[in-house]
Amino acid sequence: MAKELCLSGKNVTKIFGFGDKKTIAVNHVDFNFHVGEFVSIVGESGSGKTTLAKMLLGLIHESEGEISFLGKPRDIKGRKQKREYWKDIQAIFQDPFSSYNVFHKIDAVLLDCIKMRGGKNLPHDKKVEMMTEACSFVNLKFEELTNKYPFELSGGQMQRLMIARIFLLKPKILLADEPTSMIDACSRATILDMLQNLRNEIGMTIIFITHDIGLAYYISDTVYIMEKGNIVEYGPAEQVILHPSADYTKRLINDVPKIHEEWDLSTV
Amino acid sequence: MKHILSQIFHTGKFTMGFCIFMGILLLMVFYPLINPGDPLKIVSIGTFARPGTYISLYDAVDSRLNTLKLDEAPANRLESVLKMEDRVKMVMWFEAVEIPIGHLNIHDTEALLALWEEHYDSTVRPEGMTKADRNYFQRLDESLNRVLVTKEKILATRDASTAELQEIRAIEDTDYVNLKNVANVKRLPLGTDNFGRDVLKELVAAIRTSLVIGLIAGTIATLIGLTLGLISGFIGGIVDDIIMFVTNIFTVIPAFVLLILISYSIGQDQRGPTTVAVVIGMTAWVWTARAVRSQVISLRNRDHVNLSKLSGHNLFLIIVTDILPYIASYVVMALILQISGAILAEAQLSMLGLGPKTTEVPTLGLMMNWSMLYTAHLNGYWWAYFPVLLTIALISFSLNLMNTGLDQVFNPTLRD
Ligand SMILES: Nc1ncnc2c1ncn2[C@@H]1O[C@H](COP(=O)(O)OP(=O)(O)O)[C@@H](O)[C@H]1O
Ligand SMILES: [Mg+2]
Repeated sequence: MAKELCLSGKNVTKIFGFGDKKTIAVNHVDFNFHVGEFVSIVGESGSGKTTLAKMLLGLIHESEGEISFLGKPRDIKGRKQKREYWKDIQAIFQDPFSSYNVFHKIDAVLLDCIKMRGGKNLPHDKKVEMMTEACSFVNLKFEELTNKYPFELSGGQMQRLMIARIFLLKPKILLADEPTSMIDACSRATILDMLQNLRNEIGMTIIFITHDIGLAYYISDTVYIMEKGNIVEYGPAEQVILHPSADYTKRLINDVPKIHEEWDLSTV
Repeated sequence: MKHILSQIFHTGKFTMGFCIFMGILLLMVFYPLINPGDPLKIVSIGTFARPGTYISLYDAVDSRLNTLKLDEAPANRLESVLKMEDRVKMVMWFEAVEIPIGHLNIHDTEALLALWEEHYDSTVRPEGMTKADRNYFQRLDESLNRVLVTKEKILATRDASTAELQEIRAIEDTDYVNLKNVANVKRLPLGTDNFGRDVLKELVAAIRTSLVIGLIAGTIATLIGLTLGLISGFIGGIVDDIIMFVTNIFTVIPAFVLLILISYSIGQDQRGPTTVAVVIGMTAWVWTARAVRSQVISLRNRDHVNLSKLSGHNLFLIIVTDILPYIASYVVMALILQISGAILAEAQLSMLGLGPKTTEVPTLGLMMNWSMLYTAHLNGYWWAYFPVLLTIALISFSLNLMNTGLDQVFNPTLRD
């Protein structure tokens, strides 16, 4: 099935620093993400995944290359254009504990989203209803959260609240940067379920960043493998993981502990 | 909020600094109520009256007399005339006229006086003794006689037309007046200064002016530093380059040199306390700007700031709600240090004669300046400068203690 292009990039590069301290975090990468796709970007830590994500979000400027959004070159130079762009693309960050402003209550976080969707002047009851709906989408109870601060929640709850935020915003694209790597294993599966629900129920494009290739195989349609700033391999998840062509991909796959194999304690 | 406050007051350092500072503030607020009036009023003719209680002699002789028979009175009287240096001089006289003094104990007043009565002769001219020395011994002898022979003293007024003395009252050595009955008693706990002003009153007024100067200068410096630091740290790029260029210029020229130059060029007449405070504030913001900038740089890439951007918040809102609250404790600490620094800067400027003009208000620095100019420190008039010095030290000490206490709470790495 031929799908519409949603977000694509050509020669996208990010270089930090100059001279001796120069780091090429993302090195001339090309990619095409389609509408409604569940894409995973997989790579070891330091391979430039977060940097790429921030460029996609427009939080940092690319040093080189061009990113297109919905088939047209992306223009987010002005403040207004950025705000419009962020109605279409949103993110969940890796560390829920540092993702919230500790001085703001949970209500403020959610009300902000309603405001961003143009619901500033809705009656209070309607706003509460929307927030309650968003919370129940992620199995949280708004009545228990109202007037609380995010830091009073557990890591898993915070990440779910982030998803509730996305549910309210309903962007076209969601960038989830290792959303499960800093929370307990129990919450992990629920979070992944909810991301899939976002895609299946709302038709969101999900760009999922992870260092866990097994996880990527389990949930995604398409996989991009990143090594030291380069995209070394990409394609449908099954093809990439069952028939990897790059050595780096093979190594990543071999590093995943296989449940059916004996644990080799000598290498731990 | 409550929790943080209780945590702050749990650090001994903050509490101690806070108590000292509050003590100074209470003194500043309440002393003028007890002792109202112009702090710059000249109360004593002549400079540097010693600290103590001054009783009006004029009123005392008119007060109701009581007779007290006190055995120790003659000895006390003698003691106040016969100081240690006089005793040493007496022994020197004995040695000059070659009178064997044997095992005379210099502290044995009776033996010393007996020997003196027996041998002193004002007509003797010991070799190598100057006229001044001989006069000194003569005066000493007279005052000893006055004390030892307790003759009554006659109080008289002079008749305006005949110029005759008319006796009012004879005063015995056993006559006493109750301090409460004396109409005029003046307590000068810290004496008077070179102009004859009440030092304590002046000091209290000076604390007020210096604190106001500190507050104005500290606030200005913190506001400038905070604004520049926030803008340059958060916006970055060319804005950052320009601000850092200006900041670096200010760093290269020491703030104090700049302060001296500006104060000097303003001129004595224009330099009120507020002007001085503004000048101090305008030259002291540099390190606050740098510190705030580096804090902001470490904050601006945090995810909560990114999330705020993604939520469509504008630059101003992000700075005010996502950056400022995170560095608020830091800014308070910087403000405290700036206040303390400004008070010290005023003192330094004034000691160079570049402080506020001298006629309107006292400041801690001006008081130091005056007492230095009148060489109080060389003449042992400690009350004119030591309390001022102590106050400056205490203010600075207490503010720094509070700062360290806050640091312990907000900067957990320093916690022990
Ligand atoms: N703001 C920055 N300044 C300088 N170097 C950076 C910055 N952000 C990331 N890097 C560098 O870029 C490389 C990629 O980092 P990152 O994108 O965070 O990797 P990942 O998310 O895959 O772990 C790393 O070597 C990192 O040190
Ligand atoms: Mg990362």
